[in-house]
Amino acid sequence: MATSQSGAKARWALIDVVVLVYALVPVLWIVSLSFKTKETLADKNFIPREWTWQNYADIFTTNQFLRALLNSVGIAVIATLIAVVLGTMAAYAIARLDFPGKRVLVGVSLLIAMFPQVSLVTPLFEMERSLGLFDTWPGLILPYITFALPLAIYTLSAFFREIPWELEKAAKMDGATPAQAFRRVIAPLAAPGVFTTAILVFIFCWNDFLFAISLTSTTSSRTVPAALSFFQGSSQFEDPTGTVSAAAVVITVPIILFVLFFQRRIVAGLTSGAVKG
Amino acid sequence: MAEIVLDKVTKRYPDGALAVSDVDITIADGEFIILVGPSGCGKSTTLNMIAGLEDITDGELRIDGQRVNERAPKDRDIAMVFQSYALYPHMSVRENMAFPLRLAHVDKETINRKVEDAARILDLGQHLDRKPGNLSGGQRQRVAMGRAIVRDPKAFLMDEPLSNLDAKLRVQMRTSVAKLQRRLGTTTVYVTHDQTEAMTLGDRVVVMRGGLVQQIGSPQALYDQPVNLFVAGFIGSPSMNFLPATLADGQLNTPLGAVPLTDRIRRLAEAAKAPREVIVGLRPEHFEDAELLDDTERARGVTFTATVEVLESMGSDKFAYFLVEGETATSAELDTLAAETGSTEMTDSGPQIVTRLSAASAAHEGAELDVWFDPDKLHLFDPGDGRTLTHVK
Ligand SMILES: Nc1ncnc2c1ncn2[C@@H]1O[C@H](COP(=O)(O)OP(=O)(O)O)[C@@H](O)[C@H]1O
Ligand SMILES: [Mg+2]
Repeated sequence: MATSQSGAKARWALIDVVVLVYALVPVLWIVSLSFKTKETLADKNFIPREWTWQNYADIFTTNQFLRALLNSVGIAVIATLIAVVLGTMAAYAIARLDFPGKRVLVGVSLLIAMFPQVSLVTPLFEMERSLGLFDTWPGLILPYITFALPLAIYTLSAFFREIPWELEKAAKMDGATPAQAFRRVIAPLAAPGVFTTAILVFIFCWNDFLFAISLTSTTSSRTVPAALSFFQGSSQFEDPTGTVSAAAVVITVPIILFVLFFQRRIVAGLTSGAVKG
Repeated sequence: MAEIVLDKVTKRYPDGALAVSDVDITIADGEFIILVGPSGCGKSTTLNMIAGLEDITDGELRIDGQRVNERAPKDRDIAMVFQSYALYPHMSVRENMAFPLRLAHVDKETINRKVEDAARILDLGQHLDRKPGNLSGGQRQRVAMGRAIVRDPKAFLMDEPLSNLDAKLRVQMRTSVAKLQRRLGTTTVYVTHDQTEAMTLGDRVVVMRGGLVQQIGSPQALYDQPVNLFVAGFIGSPSMNFLPATLADGQLNTPLGAVPLTDRIRRLAEAAKAPREVIVGLRPEHFEDAELLDDTERARGVTFTATVEVLESMGSDKFAYFLVEGETATSAELDTLAAETGSTEMTDSGPQIVTRLSAASAAHEGAELDVWFDPDKLHLFDPGDGRTLTHVK
């Protein structure tokens, strides 16, 4: 019995290691590239023989990257905020209320999630040009909200369904006004769901390349994923691989920070103990 | 402390379901009243209307003589214990119990004192700083009670507060709930589907079925004088035996043989204009092993012989089950009772009789036994509408 259990443990450990290696090797490779000097870039060594911060210094001395970083942060944060606020309201209604057209709303948001984004690029391009939205922040924020909303609504309504609504009744019986019941009982319980959704939506906006490359034309609204592709042709660097890698590492950092910062709030099973046993 | 009056209170849900209809109950100040009935009979709906969590469709709810139909729950000064306990999972036990006081802007010192007091009464002292998620079912239940008692409300409402506990703990908590209510003397409305809980806890019991009040009375009154087949079958465990009978020539023809009518029963049946076809109701404890009785007592009652199908010896008593030849009592009322209480012990071979005999009985499974019963203890019901024909005014 004990041996078969430790055998199973070993098997799982092996599988974990394989998955981890599979997922992390490309990432580590990029990190490694970003620390290599131009001369050793193509030496096929996993660990750089000569370490350098030069690539990082380079990207931060050009305006191009900093401006793209600012665009990325600004656009992703604004789109996330709006999508989460709208999504929270929609998901609350879906989870809590019975209203005419509820199934239509759910169906339409599912439809949007399934819609191939590529097929929208050309019409969006034309529309934004005639509306004057092309190559502006709102020009990216709007489509991001559209495609993030179904994601937000789905995740949030799954979370909301988990909240025992009897707690709201209990708060009312304890003398709370509806506003107090929401603020002191429902909101703290909904928070982990809202944060989780915010992370997912933020990552979605942050990583987007398709809209970013098609709906921008200058540094005024180009986000990092799009800007990276422009490093290639830039005459400032002979071989851009090192700087592209450095930039890729830099834009991963905010996501890691974002997740780490909110992770503590996403305590699984926070609602356990509210009801029954 | 408060008197609560439900005056023709009716609830129709938006989807058209009539959950509670024309309920009249007057709950005296300090009384412990139980709403009992099978699942779906409108107990929770009634309780939620008193709480203010559900709107009252029709009728009036008065607390201390004042109409409160339109008042929000927080303005009714009533505390509630939910079946699921509904503890706030992100707050410690102390914060859970302090919550109603903090909402009422009670000062910190008083809150602390009241919470400590309640914790002492409920034996929660050492758990005050734990989260509900880390407590056992019984402890959670006590926290829910604590949250209700800290603020000294006018009344307590409890919706099946013990039904999530295991059987042993349930009995234990039942006693503590009763003690607590007596100690605080607060008007309490308690909902349960368990007739044992109803019988043991309440000053008075309200039996409900399908949104209608069937009977209101003390546990003993419900037991001795059920107004219809439903109450008769619902109250008491094991439940009353029902047999079809015809009433003719001053006697009852039953599957157990002819049973003479006593004067008392004859007078009651006549006053109630009993039809020819009736249903006889006999409680298990009104039977006895004929061997154990002296001759005068035997002569006073009716004796029949039947084979013991199953014998359950409880030590203090013996429960003997018999199958008797003949028809099973049929009535729409009995059918709904069986459906609603989920008893599926329908037999094709004839009616089953449950009897409670003295422990001294020599009954054996598979053996024949002379069984005696007291004909003055029987109940008669009208098979048509289920009403009792032996009601004492
Ligand atoms: N929110 C609701 N909407 C519609 N019908 C309901 C609702 N709540 C309860 N009911 C119906 O009202 C009846 C009584 O329910 P309830 O009071 O919960 O019964 P009990 O507590 O006695 O089991 C049931 O038939 C139930 O289906
Ligand atoms: Mg109920």
